[in-house]
Amino acid sequence: MAKITSGLGTSHIPLLGHIIDKGDSSDEKWAPIFDGYQFTKKWIREQKPDVVILVYNDHATAFDMKVVPTFAIGCGEEYRPADEGYGARPVPTVKGAPELAWHITESLIKQGFDMTIVNEMDVDHGLTVPLSMVFGEVEEWPCQVIPLAVNTVVYPSPTGDRCLALGKGIRAAAEQFSEDLNIQIWGTGGMSHQLLGERAGLINQEWDLAFLDDLKNDYEKLGVISQVEYIRESGTEGSEMVMWLIMRGALNQEVNEIHRHYHVPVSNTALGHLIYENVDKKGE
Amino acid sequence: MNNKPYSDIPGTTVFDGDMVRIGFHLNQFCMSLMQESNRAAFKQNERTYLDNWPMMEAQKKAVIARDFSQLIALGGNIYYLVKISSSDGLSVAAAVSTMTNLSVDEYIEMMCRGGRSPAGNRYVVSNSSEGKQ
Repeated sequence: MAKITSGLGTSHIPLLGHIIDKGDSSDEKWAPIFDGYQFTKKWIREQKPDVVILVYNDHATAFDMKVVPTFAIGCGEEYRPADEGYGARPVPTVKGAPELAWHITESLIKQGFDMTIVNEMDVDHGLTVPLSMVFGEVEEWPCQVIPLAVNTVVYPSPTGDRCLALGKGIRAAAEQFSEDLNIQIWGTGGMSHQLLGERAGLINQEWDLAFLDDLKNDYEKLGVISQVEYIRESGTEGSEMVMWLIMRGALNQEVNEIHRHYHVPVSNTALGHLIYENVDKKGE
Repeated sequence: MNNKPYSDIPGTTVFDGDMVRIGFHLNQFCMSLMQESNRAAFKQNERTYLDNWPMMEAQKKAVIARDFSQLIALGGNIYYLVKISSSDGLSVAAAVSTMTNLSVDEYIEMMCRGGRSPAGNRYVVSNSSEGKQ
């Protein structure tokens, strides 16, 4: 049977992609950022996931103002890295996991989650930067990916509670898939940042660190944070953190936090990253 | 108009339904800059290119002036607007900083010192003690 074994949270800041693509990621200057992913790179080589369900938000790339899906799941065969205005990132095409994606989609819809089904789309830095940060520079991504795009661009975003519930739904669905698969789920985006207005540049370290602490055991408490509170406390784009709640919801109640990294700033943004492994318990 | 629970957050425009409606064509114009051929056409004659879009005159002028504060006020969304600054070869931080009262260098320096503190920036009326709403 398929199993979600672990979860990973990471910011998906576009500057990180630029640094990697220029070949500068080993530059001393960026060490405080990239050193926090050394553990992760080693860990992922040992874990060898078959599929990563990658929760991210599209930044006016695949979806423009014509259609804005709240939850969109990629059921396609593959996804090309997008040209976001300065040419496409020179990273491999992302291979989908259509059979599992369709299984999860069917299950989610039957569970009451009205998913938008995407069969073809380009993927932007929201999806490819996390892959680069974790897998490094590779000829091919070493696993299949199911993109799960969440609207965090147009107000309102889905609530934290709904995101936790969706995570739980994904887990229930994945575990009914008959093939033996090692699945990971990644929640991306955040942490505190605001990219507009006179208040641009807002960072709230205290808020971010409390979020990282609560995510392990007290995540239900995070589910009731309103988008307005996220915006007030952690900036307009700080509300991307609901995507980490989808990841958390898809894991066991009990998890081990095996890695954490937090750094301010990466351009406009507070970078957060952590890894959870499911604690195996009977009945879970 | 409905009372918006975020209207008391200072220096912040939330991209809600009202802004989506005002900014629809502006944002779709920005979207067109995802294609190299469109970027070239825009660069060649910005005004002519903009006239192909049913945008407000004020939006067109703000695009040409690269006035990001004005573009946000006229319904632009930052993820769409950075397609203009990206095609100019500008970093997101450079574009974002123009909306603050800081120069690009001052803005970057503020970020390196840990960013803008939320203290005093949570509520419009922040008479030293921030509201306990």
